[in-house]
Amino acid sequence: MSERFGSLMVEQIPRLRRYARALTGSAELADDLVQDCLERAWSRSAQWRPGSDLRAWLFTIMHNLYVSAVRARARRPAELALPEEEPASRAGESAEDLAASRDIERGIRTLAAEQREVLMLVALEGMRYEEVAAVLDLPLGTVMSRLYRARERLRRWLAEEAGPTLRRVK
Amino acid sequence: MSEQLDVTEAEFHAYVDGQLPPARRAAVEAYVTEHPEEAGRLADYDRLNEALHAAFDPVLQEPLPESLHATRPRARAPAPLWRVAAAVGWVALGGLLGWSASWLGAPQTASIEHELVRPATVAHVVYTPEVRHPVEVLAAEEVHLAKWLSKRLGAPVRVPDLNSAGFQLVGGRLLPGSEGAAAQFMYEDASGRRLTLYVRPTPGEPDVAAFRYAVRDGVGVFYWLDGALGYALSGALAREDLLSTARMVYEELSL
Repeated sequence: MSERFGSLMVEQIPRLRRYARALTGSAELADDLVQDCLERAWSRSAQWRPGSDLRAWLFTIMHNLYVSAVRARARRPAELALPEEEPASRAGESAEDLAASRDIERGIRTLAAEQREVLMLVALEGMRYEEVAAVLDLPLGTVMSRLYRARERLRRWLAEEAGPTLRRVK
Repeated sequence: MSEQLDVTEAEFHAYVDGQLPPARRAAVEAYVTEHPEEAGRLADYDRLNEALHAAFDPVLQEPLPESLHATRPRARAPAPLWRVAAAVGWVALGGLLGWSASWLGAPQTASIEHELVRPATVAHVVYTPEVRHPVEVLAAEEVHLAKWLSKRLGAPVRVPDLNSAGFQLVGGRLLPGSEGAAAQFMYEDASGRRLTLYVRPTPGEPDVAAFRYAVRDGVGVFYWLDGALGYALSGALAREDLLSTARMVYEELSL
């Protein structure tokens, strides 16, 4: 069971990193978060039921760690601002794509943490709304209203602030 | 038709996210045909999803950093504890070794819980408040204690010296384990805090030179298997303090 747990968990690491990167906006903070998540998952591996959804279980652990981190940061106003990291240029990516990525990354910084979580689980992870509600331990209606607000806010922000790649020409 | 055009906000988003049943997709499509400004909003939401993937999907292809590699399963042979520690740093040790144990000691998580963790913490809770008779054999008879318990457990039992951690041996006792005899050593520091080390034979189980951590009944316990014996160090100490003491026990027993 542990052996299977181990290999299944390794498969999830890239997804956890992608989600953490989108949440924190920093490669370093994201990998710290992933590492904490994996360590906690190993220490609680006995609680995972084989056959149940490991992705949901891991994302729940990461959500709890993220919420604690956000709360801890809120208690220390000096550290409130997350470090802004410019996305590194990636091979094979055009200047236009890069500009669009930067716009969206700046845009999601303007969302409240709880809106960002819902949007990323839906849009990036492709989770069903019910799964998101289970992972975040929220009523479905709350998930939906956060999703509406996140999308609408981001849409407006991009229309006003972003470069031409993302702005819709009316 | 007007009823069909009545699309909820939830359905609107579910359409974008591919979560709308086919039967209702046509309704959303008809709705946006009738409402061009809503068609624009739908297209914007689509672009947002695409933009998020474009921005963050490259992370999926990035090689994992060393810090995360270290959290992955490695060689099956248990590395000596100090080498693992040197490699990862003591701070991460609890979690990391927790992983190694679950990885390497694959089949017996449940039985370790049943045969080692639970009896160790129960014995801890039962005997540590004892004022007059905390142990059967006092520390003054340490040599006899080790010899006696080795004989009863059927394996060489040694009594680790934890004086450098501030804990003096109080003594030890024989206990009934799930399969036969088990032993408990008790230690106490100057402020009266007590630790117990529970030892039981683990025939046929592979070595796991790694610590796992659990909390039972408010008592923290680090446990591991080494050679013919399983060990559990219990105490109401901070996790890091208990870990450094468990490390000392391990090192003492490896000498």
